[in-house]
Amino acid sequence: MAFASGYFKTSYRGDLTIVETKTRWVALILLLGGLTAYPLVASPFLLDLANQVLIALIGAIALMLLTGFAGQISLGHAGLIAAGAFTTAILFREVHAPIWITLPASGVMGGILGIVFGLPSLRLKGLYLALSTLALHFIVIYAGAEYETKRGFATGIVVDPPQIGPFILEQATSWYFFLLVMSLGTVVFALNLLRSRTGRAWMAIRDRDVAAAAFGIKVGRYKLYAFVVCSVLTSMAGCLFAYYQGFVSVEAFSLMMTIEYIAMIIIGGLGSILGAILGTLFVVVLPYGIDAVVDHLSIPSRLTTYMFAVKHSTFGLIMILFLVLEPTGLAGLWIRVRDYFLLWPFKYKPAGG
Amino acid sequence: MQIVVNIVVLASLYCLICCGYVLIYRASRVLNLAHGEMRTLGGYFLFTVILAGAGSPIASLAIALVLSLLLGFAVYFFLMRFLTGESVLAAVLVTVALGIFLRGLITLGWTSQSWHPLERMHVENATIYLFGNAAISTFGLAAVVSVVVVYAVLFGFLKFTRWGLRMRAVGEKPLLAAQRGIDLHWYYALAWAISAFTGGLAGIIMACDSGLYPNMVVIALSAFPVVLVGGLDSLVGVIPGAFVVAAVQVAAITISPQASEVAPFVVLLGMLLVRPWGLFGTKEEWERV
Repeated sequence: MAFASGYFKTSYRGDLTIVETKTRWVALILLLGGLTAYPLVASPFLLDLANQVLIALIGAIALMLLTGFAGQISLGHAGLIAAGAFTTAILFREVHAPIWITLPASGVMGGILGIVFGLPSLRLKGLYLALSTLALHFIVIYAGAEYETKRGFATGIVVDPPQIGPFILEQATSWYFFLLVMSLGTVVFALNLLRSRTGRAWMAIRDRDVAAAAFGIKVGRYKLYAFVVCSVLTSMAGCLFAYYQGFVSVEAFSLMMTIEYIAMIIIGGLGSILGAILGTLFVVVLPYGIDAVVDHLSIPSRLTTYMFAVKHSTFGLIMILFLVLEPTGLAGLWIRVRDYFLLWPFKYKPAGG
Repeated sequence: MQIVVNIVVLASLYCLICCGYVLIYRASRVLNLAHGEMRTLGGYFLFTVILAGAGSPIASLAIALVLSLLLGFAVYFFLMRFLTGESVLAAVLVTVALGIFLRGLITLGWTSQSWHPLERMHVENATIYLFGNAAISTFGLAAVVSVVVVYAVLFGFLKFTRWGLRMRAVGEKPLLAAQRGIDLHWYYALAWAISAFTGGLAGIIMACDSGLYPNMVVIALSAFPVVLVGGLDSLVGVIPGAFVVAAVQVAAITISPQASEVAPFVVLLGMLLVRPWGLFGTKEEWERV
């Protein structure tokens, strides 16, 4: 069977495995093969779309770790991406730093911001992290805008394609493979983190902080840790974003961007890495889907100015529907459908599964 | 003198916006991130009522305010009711989604162009000169007056009426309140409705003072520092919070307009580090096991 139909884990080792059955190994290898072959068959448009998904995926997984697993709300995701992007752009403009300096530097920048803005959440529970990250967003954007005007890049900062060893990342195909490696690395990192003490501590805090404290988990420290991991990953995604766009400007990092990331993890399903992947795919592809529908229906061009608003309200509506009707998101839907066929003709998994 | 007047007007607007946040937070521990959009809708309601030709300015104002009140009830009964008892995280995320949904609807319904309800109403926003030659616009004055009225009524309502008492009980211990026979849904809905009403009032005043445009939503964001400085669950705290933030903003505008936008958030961060529960808020202690 491709999936275990019950709970067959009899050892701690078995409990920790990520890939459970042999069939899943086969499926995983097929998936990797498919992902490698993708650029050969995809049109330039589809390839660009895939690259956008892969960049967004890193940020979405970071936010999923924070919100989906540690249960903290962040409203500063766009600010963190901006922090990474601006660190990259400034280092590139001022000292012509290569990517192997800017990428870690963005990570460090994210880490510092994570500690400074995560500190308030150490002292109190509740929504304080959300408010302090909102402050982070505005302060980072302000700093970026000040840099732009002071240094005379009023319209934005141009960043040249990065060079990794002998390769210059200019072609969409080379970008695809680079980003694929980065995103898969992030996925593996997240999955690995979640089966460790840290991941379990986060989930315990999310489910009931008082009980977690009773188990000896330093609640404040692990909350801060979650936020720092999230900000480091997000800032690094921001660095890649800067290189991929080749252009950094504060206008790109609006609160709408934060909301898109929140939409990704909600639609995908809070508390699931698979959810982060599905949600990212959905949210990045949805606007193009709406465009395609509009083209197909040949709606008068007069109305295309409303497209932006249509996308806004569609996002909002889908998020609301998922939160109210299906809080486990796309990942939950998939698991439900899978279990239906897996357990047929029975309805429920045995206890513990 | 002019500076003092500017600060007072801005602080009054903040007070009107923020008591909405505090009411909902106190009743249900939910931070309504869609408050900015709900408030902006108040302004658009007024505009639509005027376009529909509802007689005198006073009548259109009243209709717009009633619409705002109904909006609050609608949001609770059609949306937030399903999240009562769920985690606060889910409820807050729903308000984020609601915000973006309403913002889309605003642009769809009224386009992103700016409108001026006052011109349609043929009412002039006359400048009034106070002592010391300080100028204040009519609607600036209206903001100050309505803050005084709204706060007096709210305090009276919460302190002395049966409904106010029940609302406080619901906010403090929902389980006990429900066991005493208090209908939780009704009081949560009431909190949402009053919040939408005061927010709508702020939206209407701002729309009359400086016109309507979808980006009006942004001022609701710089209202977060106000509630935080005062304390998220303290209605009294909003007033000093509003004055602090307004003063900082007016001072920062001498540096640059951008600095004035970011200044409230610097205040917020400082407050979070020093006294995260705010000037008048109650400190949420760790519950010991």
